[in-house]
Amino acid sequence: MKEVTITIDNTKHSVAKGLTVLDAARQVGIDIPSLCFMKLHDINIENKPGGCRICVVEVKGRKNLVPSCCTEVEDGMEIQTHSMRVINARRTVMELILSDHPAECLTCAKAGDCELQVVADRLGIRELHYEGEKTHLPKGNSPAISRDPNKCILCRRCEMMCNEVQTVGCLGAVNRGFHSVVTPAFGNDLINSVCTFCGQCVAVCPTGALTEIDESAKVVRALNDPTKTVIVQTAPAVRAALGEEFGNEPGTLVTGKMVAALRRLGFHYVFDTDFAADLTIMEEGTELLRRLKGYLAGDTSVKLPILTSCCPAWVNFFEHQFPDMRDIPSTARSPQQMFGAIAKTYFADLLKIERKDLVVVSIMPCLAKKYERARPEFQQNGNPDVDVVLSTRELARLIKLCNIDLNQLPDEEFDQPLGESTGAGVLFGTTGGVIEAAVRTAYEIHTGKELPKLEFEELRGMEGLREATIDFDGLDLKIGIAHGLGNARRMLEDIRSGKSHFHAIEIMSCPGGCIGGGGQPYHHGHVEILKKRQLALYKEDGSKKIRKSHENPYIVSLYKNFLGAPMSNLAHLLLHTHYFDKKY
Amino acid sequence: MTTLSESTRNFLVELCRKYRNDEHELINVLHEAQDALGYLPVEVQHLVAGELKIPDARVYGVVTFYSFFTMVPKGKFDISICMGTACYVKGNELILDEFKRRLNVKVGGTTPDGIFTLSTLRCVGACSLAPVVSIGNKVFGNVTPLQVKKIIDEYIEKAEELH
Repeated sequence: MKEVTITIDNTKHSVAKGLTVLDAARQVGIDIPSLCFMKLHDINIENKPGGCRICVVEVKGRKNLVPSCCTEVEDGMEIQTHSMRVINARRTVMELILSDHPAECLTCAKAGDCELQVVADRLGIRELHYEGEKTHLPKGNSPAISRDPNKCILCRRCEMMCNEVQTVGCLGAVNRGFHSVVTPAFGNDLINSVCTFCGQCVAVCPTGALTEIDESAKVVRALNDPTKTVIVQTAPAVRAALGEEFGNEPGTLVTGKMVAALRRLGFHYVFDTDFAADLTIMEEGTELLRRLKGYLAGDTSVKLPILTSCCPAWVNFFEHQFPDMRDIPSTARSPQQMFGAIAKTYFADLLKIERKDLVVVSIMPCLAKKYERARPEFQQNGNPDVDVVLSTRELARLIKLCNIDLNQLPDEEFDQPLGESTGAGVLFGTTGGVIEAAVRTAYEIHTGKELPKLEFEELRGMEGLREATIDFDGLDLKIGIAHGLGNARRMLEDIRSGKSHFHAIEIMSCPGGCIGGGGQPYHHGHVEILKKRQLALYKEDGSKKIRKSHENPYIVSLYKNFLGAPMSNLAHLLLHTHYFDKKY
Repeated sequence: MTTLSESTRNFLVELCRKYRNDEHELINVLHEAQDALGYLPVEVQHLVAGELKIPDARVYGVVTFYSFFTMVPKGKFDISICMGTACYVKGNELILDEFKRRLNVKVGGTTPDGIFTLSTLRCVGACSLAPVVSIGNKVFGNVTPLQVKKIIDEYIEKAEELH
């Protein structure tokens, strides 16, 4: 690689040609502040519209200050990152941004996690010298995401995630100048747009302009209602991230402490979505094998590949954008909804209570789960299978609200019968995990033999598109994996054009899978955190005694005592769904 | 969303095809669509987005960015008052006020009879004639408030002839 010599703040450095001034400076330990800029290394995407002008620097010989995020280094360049002129410009820019920003920091949902606040503080802004017109636009709500355009600083990160990474195309900038605003097409609300509620816009928003709809008050109300039995399920990815909200290193597993905290919050039963993930494997795995057998027997009505259907944003995506292909994904409901359906029937019967007196709360790394739980097909007479969904962040706030110090809690175990899970179930939280779990079960059912090794390294990793061939005792099962909806789109287009050669494809909407979900602790651009969360889930899988879904004793007894067999009539009624054409 | 007529739909599909359904031709497509239809309602934008295989949000972003594009029907004649520096200094605000008063519309508004839309723009490159008012391709120079009534009457007559 070619190198160039530059001088930054009076010190000479050799840096790679082609770097931006910002990257070069950060490499040599000079942290130029930035705001709209965001680089997601692992998914190889950058947001650098050069719009905010916070990262300006002075370059000798140039008349104007230049934005360091989109200026490349040149040989012999002399750069000043903190001259009087630069500091004054930066502070003026920040004051102008703040002059059109509601000063609601004390009550803002992003308080303490706001990048605008952090940078303003770093620049030492203690007074605003400018007063001018303020934006007064209506807020937009939806079942999952709250939009407050008045807090938007037009960094365009959400637009980048929505259009380039996810290729959803919901959010875009409209109007011009002072009237610019980022919104769905035609000024519609998110619910009347192509939004999938994946929440990746929320995950990158530097301010409180995009946040989740906070439903923790509903949970507090239910927990304080003596007529209700309140149970909770926790998604696999939550345990690998919740600890971050309490000062732990990314990748710290807090499964036992999370269970203890939920018990102290007052939940009557603390259950695990991992249990429902095992159940999903039984249904989805059986469906895969049936479709595979039909296909191999030459039945032309059988469609392959089969696509996973656990991810609600992915379901929204293909309903909106590929409705003609909605017969390809598995009909299996997501683990969250399987859990809700079993809880409100099987478990309510065990407790001898009516479904209306049972409140099912989900803790999810995801915002689309809030939308999913409200879908009409997942309700009975207006009573939903899942009553409230809280994100990982909302749970952390609830724990703090209730004076619980997570780090001081003992490790506790989930309750039974819906809390027992296998290592396969916990893998659902990461890209590649659902298909690895499915392969463990499908292999043994299909071949009748025991797997020699449970870890499928070829299915693991962080590449956006991966493929692997697994030897099913003579049958080569071709597997594809995509995470991020842009990668999912490529998979779908290949299937449509007949180029796809896969038997089964796993799709997760968020980069990294659920560990990178829109409801997780904010990564602030440090996507390397996702790898640590992934390793934590692999670790949890490895530490489990039972690691194959079909060996979960509570799953075995659920089929024996209630469901009959995978894909039985009752299983169809409770654990499967159908999809809609939502193209508009 | 209301549905477009069959002929409008066919026209737009043809129009996009003429530009090879190339997303980079979006502005040209919108220009021609507005020329033909008078304005760009949501349904038109949605159809164009589908034909060019780009998100609705992108089309809507372009339509709202350029002041030339409009999402509401315009009158037969678009009266544009130049608010560029030269025209402004030469008192075009008074001309604008006179048009507002006589037509009883605000800037951007259309008269109830659908004949006139009143708008402002920045410089038509005829500063030596300041203050100027342009209607369609015609430019009126050295306009005084007293001429406003005459200009309006002239175009009302034209509108009647067109009928």
